[in-house]
Amino acid sequence: MAQAFRLPMGGRIDRSKPIRFTFDGRMIDGFTGDTVASALLANGVHLVGRSFKYHRPRGILSHGSDEPSALLSVDRGPGRVDPNNRASVVEARDGLKIVSQNRWPSLAFDVGAVNDLLSPVFVAGFYYKTFMWPRSFWDKVYEPVIRAAAGLGVAPQVADPDRYANRHAHCDVLVVGAGPAGLAAALAAAETGKRVIVADEQAEPGGALLHQPDALIDGRGAEAWRAAAIGELDARENVVLLPRTTVFGYYNHNHVAMVERVADHRSDAPAGTPRERLWQVRAAEVVLATGSHERPLVFADNDRPGVMLAESVRVFINRYGVAPGRRTVFATSGASAYVAAADAKAAGIDVALVDIREERECGPEAAWLRAAGVDVLTGHTIVGTQGRKRVEGLVVAPLSNGGVGARRVIACDCVGMSGGWTPAVHLFSQSRGKLAFDAALDAFVPGVSAQAERSAGAASGIYDLAACLDSGFTAGTRAAGSSARRTFAASETRIGFKPARALPTDANPAKVRAFVDFQNDVTAKDLKLAMREGFESIEHVKRYTTTGMATDQGKTSNMNALGIVAEGLGRPLPSVGTTTFRPPYTPVTFGALVGPARHALFDPIRTTPIHEWAAEHGATFENVALWRRAWYFPRPGEDRQTAVARECRAVREGVGVFDGSTLGKIEVVGPDAAEFMNRLYVNAWIKLGVGRCRYGLMLKEDGYILDDGVVARLADDRFHVTTTTGRAPRVLAHMEDYLQTEWPELDVFLTSTTEQWAVIAVQGPKARETIAGLVAGIDLSNEAFPHMSVREGHICGAPCRLFRVSFTGDLGYEINVPSDYGRAVWEAVVEAGAPFGITPYGTETMHVLRAEKGYIIVGQETDGTVTPDDVGLAGMIARAKPDFVGKRSLARPDLLAAGRKQLVGLATSDPSLVLDEGAQIVADPNQPIPMTMLGHVTSSYFSPSCGRSIAMALVADGRALTGRTLHVTTPDGFTAVTVREPVFFDPDGSRVNA
Amino acid sequence: MLLIDCPFCGKRPEVEFHCGGEAHIARPADPAQVDDAIWAEHLFVRKNPRGLHAERWRHLHGCGQWFNALRDTYTDRFVETYKAGEQPKHPLTETRA
Amino acid sequence: MRRFSLASLLKEAVDGHQGWGRQWRAPDPKPAYDVVIVGGGGHGLATAYYLATVHGITNVAVLEKGWIGGGNTGRNTTIIRSNYLYDESAHLYEHALKLWEGLSQELNYNVMFSQRGVLMLAHNAHDVQSFKRHVYANRLNGIDNEWLSAEECKAFCPPLDISPDVRYPVVGGALQRRAGTARHDAVAWGYARGADARGVDIIQNCEVTGVRRDASGAATGVETTRGFIRAGRIGVVAAGNTSRVMAMADVRMPLESYPLQALVSEPVKPVFPCVVMSNAVHAYISQSDKGELVIGAGTDQYTSYSQQGGLHITTHTLDAICEIFPQFTRMRMLRSWGGIVDVTPDRSPIIGRTPVDNLFVNCGWGTGGFKATPGSGHVFAHTLATGQPHPINAPFTLDRFRTGRLIDEAAAAAVAH
Repeated sequence: MAQAFRLPMGGRIDRSKPIRFTFDGRMIDGFTGDTVASALLANGVHLVGRSFKYHRPRGILSHGSDEPSALLSVDRGPGRVDPNNRASVVEARDGLKIVSQNRWPSLAFDVGAVNDLLSPVFVAGFYYKTFMWPRSFWDKVYEPVIRAAAGLGVAPQVADPDRYANRHAHCDVLVVGAGPAGLAAALAAAETGKRVIVADEQAEPGGALLHQPDALIDGRGAEAWRAAAIGELDARENVVLLPRTTVFGYYNHNHVAMVERVADHRSDAPAGTPRERLWQVRAAEVVLATGSHERPLVFADNDRPGVMLAESVRVFINRYGVAPGRRTVFATSGASAYVAAADAKAAGIDVALVDIREERECGPEAAWLRAAGVDVLTGHTIVGTQGRKRVEGLVVAPLSNGGVGARRVIACDCVGMSGGWTPAVHLFSQSRGKLAFDAALDAFVPGVSAQAERSAGAASGIYDLAACLDSGFTAGTRAAGSSARRTFAASETRIGFKPARALPTDANPAKVRAFVDFQNDVTAKDLKLAMREGFESIEHVKRYTTTGMATDQGKTSNMNALGIVAEGLGRPLPSVGTTTFRPPYTPVTFGALVGPARHALFDPIRTTPIHEWAAEHGATFENVALWRRAWYFPRPGEDRQTAVARECRAVREGVGVFDGSTLGKIEVVGPDAAEFMNRLYVNAWIKLGVGRCRYGLMLKEDGYILDDGVVARLADDRFHVTTTTGRAPRVLAHMEDYLQTEWPELDVFLTSTTEQWAVIAVQGPKARETIAGLVAGIDLSNEAFPHMSVREGHICGAPCRLFRVSFTGDLGYEINVPSDYGRAVWEAVVEAGAPFGITPYGTETMHVLRAEKGYIIVGQETDGTVTPDDVGLAGMIARAKPDFVGKRSLARPDLLAAGRKQLVGLATSDPSLVLDEGAQIVADPNQPIPMTMLGHVTSSYFSPSCGRSIAMALVADGRALTGRTLHVTTPDGFTAVTVREPVFFDPDGSRVNA
Repeated sequence: MLLIDCPFCGKRPEVEFHCGGEAHIARPADPAQVDDAIWAEHLFVRKNPRGLHAERWRHLHGCGQWFNALRDTYTDRFVETYKAGEQPKHPLTETRA
Repeated sequence: MRRFSLASLLKEAVDGHQGWGRQWRAPDPKPAYDVVIVGGGGHGLATAYYLATVHGITNVAVLEKGWIGGGNTGRNTTIIRSNYLYDESAHLYEHALKLWEGLSQELNYNVMFSQRGVLMLAHNAHDVQSFKRHVYANRLNGIDNEWLSAEECKAFCPPLDISPDVRYPVVGGALQRRAGTARHDAVAWGYARGADARGVDIIQNCEVTGVRRDASGAATGVETTRGFIRAGRIGVVAAGNTSRVMAMADVRMPLESYPLQALVSEPVKPVFPCVVMSNAVHAYISQSDKGELVIGAGTDQYTSYSQQGGLHITTHTLDAICEIFPQFTRMRMLRSWGGIVDVTPDRSPIIGRTPVDNLFVNCGWGTGGFKATPGSGHVFAHTLATGQPHPINAPFTLDRFRTGRLIDEAAAAAVAH
């Protein structure tokens, strides 16, 4: 019968709005306001999953985010399937397809349950002791089997159709948790007018107030008080109240991360609604009102479906109008479960309560509950459960004089257990606050703060409702810088519990399977085994047994584990240590953390003013640093090789045009500009004439090449510096570092002008004729404007800096115009060059042409371990300069030693063979392994100008090996090469001066 | 993410900054005069303390200025920030803030 | 030492595993040892193990300020590979890889070394050149490493997105099939158990607070929170805390300690068959035997001993992962943590003598030390036993920073560990 376990009245669900979803194909009816867990329970479904290791039947333990067992796959439509959702957190809505996990072929009949029979073997750490023979079986047999058995749900297989948003915010006070303490804190802070953000992980703010309809606050019902508080917060412009928002990370300097669930709970979310939103909040002050978690009791077979936390039974009854069972036995070591029992009784459920405390250890709650007509057994231990896929009975026995008396079975279909409470100090611990152990509370509570935060309410170990409200209000006012104080009157809270470790039993403790960590199947005897084997630090125990390492991160299990270990070692609990809590508090989707940072928002794509022209003209692009550069311009039917060959020929025989706009550009200006350049580059700059250019080489302080580029002197106090495309930011940072921190006395300003200028390289014998008609105010003749000089004038009416430079070895100009003119000037150049067959070329042709000339590319011929001399550029160094960055390091012994790798050219004996860049070079291809490697190929192309392949390489003592035959690796073996000069084309350099 | 108090701009998130490592390492006035060991020490050896650390930061995506900071490398808390060329007010001799 | 085997496990299963004893003792420190090792991580414990097994030196103490394996050994992403470029590094890491291949049997402790292959993705022309340089160099050094096309990468790692739509499309990759992962904790515990069985004292919760030196300057022992311990030789294997320990002996180091973060997802059924590393998008990922996706990336930018870093490092790491594995956006981050990695200027380790007699150091493993654990311990044990470096660690001197003979893999390849 649908919703057979739904109570006739009560709860916060909207009975006017029924919903329906499926669980393993079965229709489940519920109401808006249900979680998947409450709807399943309303339909009498307790068995919802199988445990990680032993495949034991598992049910729903909790009502909140601490749930360890009820993990389900949720299907919200195509591409919207994901595993390991906690049934107690997923809000039920129409159309969900919920599927159980870690079982085959079905939840009810699971072959993997055979593991449970093998559990005597599969104890903690058993895998460290076996699966070692024969050796090859690990990769081929054991590990694949272990892997297939491990894991819970199935990972998503297809791309995610959802989008994720992110938001940064600042506030004066961030309140985490909107239970009674959090609401009081928020009200207090809000009243001061400060900017307040309140985040609560549940669908509705209110925390414990949501399931205490009978509580009174300041004479009003709890619900009325809650509604008024939320109304007031909502009405205030200085308050942002965020439900469904889990604060999961507390980072340095009050940087707090939270995730808001925006769409998953809605079946009517408009298209484009983000699924989740990551909030990153920088808060001046933080109030942690994160509540507490109830502890299970540790007894044999305490993992039966139907065995739940006592307070969760109460929540299902009061908040969801669901009776988790018709006959519920509460098993407890403290007072709070008595209230749950009373509420269950009031809801018409058949109730009994077993307390492990002696009668004299109990407070007034025992008499109170008996007066309500409930059987209360005190001084009893729990020694087991009956039933398999659903609890059918609780086995109890009296405790007397340290012994365990005769067993007795209390028939039931639900058990509500309570082993006391643990403050949720996760965020406090993440903030690096120091935890203090409170023996009276048997718990760690916040001690000394490390950041601007304070805890309130149950998170700080305060369980009484009025005291929670007081502490919350005080925390809120203090956080807001006010000293206001308010006290609250509230109905009594039944608190106090006796610490319970593994409950006493009459069975052989070595055989009892009393679960501590439900998800990872860790039992009390596993913890004892770990201790027996010498694992004594709680971190060791955790890692050896895996306790507390499941998806619930031990919220319900950590204190029980710690208590059992402390007891086992006979040490005080705090000396065993507590585990360090780390983000996230609950699991967070990668999507929320990634947000929109995909594709072009993963890394921005930089394009030049000429990019669109290139795209329109069929260019193929390549990524270079953040830039997208035209790689080559294939014509129909051309592959890369033929396109590049055509582009190369065009430059050598006529004219080519190349978009050099990505080159880094830095304007170095000021009275001390030349001195600054002198100190930063290996070259001499003082005497460089205005209007002249020089190839500059820059080292890191360790003596290795950092960057290179042509530098033009535009005036006595002004240099136009160019850098490689990829390293422009690094070069500017390097310059700023020295200028600001080493030589602040120099009067120099540095400005990045990379994006200010479009650079159009016109290269080839017809370059001058191409631009002649476009340029005004500059005499282009060889005499007036020789190679390596710069002039300012106009082109097509736009102001320009015209460089006569060449990275091709042919006559060439680089036209720098303000970026806005880039495309127009480019098109004018293309038109003007048409009579000469002007050809746009891309980076690949640029690479080939420069390699034919033996020009290096920093980052290709150099790799961060290469000196100027290594690449034959020692001549650039102005030896007379007393100092420049990197000079001292060049004198270190290893940088002067023989045997350094030097740049050479290589000619393959087969002229058509193009070597692999990165190929290694040896003298003797028949040497046994390990072989002596002399160097590697840095650049390798087919050169149309030379009609053969060319290559450059760094080879140990390479310059002395000119003419020698060496051997270079190929995919299949080796090929012979001859060492030669690295200049393959126009060795005397006449063409650039044409 | 750290919150860093740029002496020129005020408090800004760490992603606007570039860390430049240990501060107050003076480049030898005449590097040619120092031997290899001293030069290596200048280039590579670092105090790397657990505790107070004077370090260089640049407000890269802001004013672009280099400045110094005193930070406790165990708590990651900043004690102070100050301009390049200045000395910290807080004594560096203490190991922990 | 009680041998682990299926038989012993079954026997114990019968009576509730009551018969297992401690895997290592918890001795009080003796007044003096032949060798004191400062740092009970994988490298320190391996050093002790090989001192005992290879060199017969068993009067050894390993001092650990917390719990063994609690530092970077227990905090890394467990990637093991040896496809390094330079001969020096290649020999060191290959030495380690060979030891990994028999380590479970050697230690009688299943360290779950899984040779599932490490695939390093190339995204641009520079990566292609760099990876081929590695592939060829490795081949000539006898180390397996092969070049794969983008399609071959996809075949080897089906979850990979090789479409041209991603920000940095995959253009190929270098695959070392013998590379893989191992169970990090088991490495520390296995070495501890093996060393302990041969007489090594493993002393936890014992922090070194000083290094005592005699009139000649030679180190004679260590002050600890459990008293002074005399030592014939001292080996400092303190990872992120090396600068601090060495400062106690007035030795200043070329080291900086950075936070390195990693994270795991919730466990899922097998979905990721290998290890994938990408330098261009900057992240690495594998799936553990438990089913968690294990993900890491680079360090935070500032030095810190806090074992935590900024969220922006985590988010950017996941940005990168989801850029090449877009189907993982619905996976969830379960746990994140940080270690303290000691980084040298050339990102290669320092293993050998120091300016102080009797004081030796093994440090500077940066972000990639786990993979070297057996090799590092093996050659450092040789160094401590003989006073001289093993040929494999001879290049990894402290003096190289003076001479300039650096071993700069990162500069050469810009390859993340």
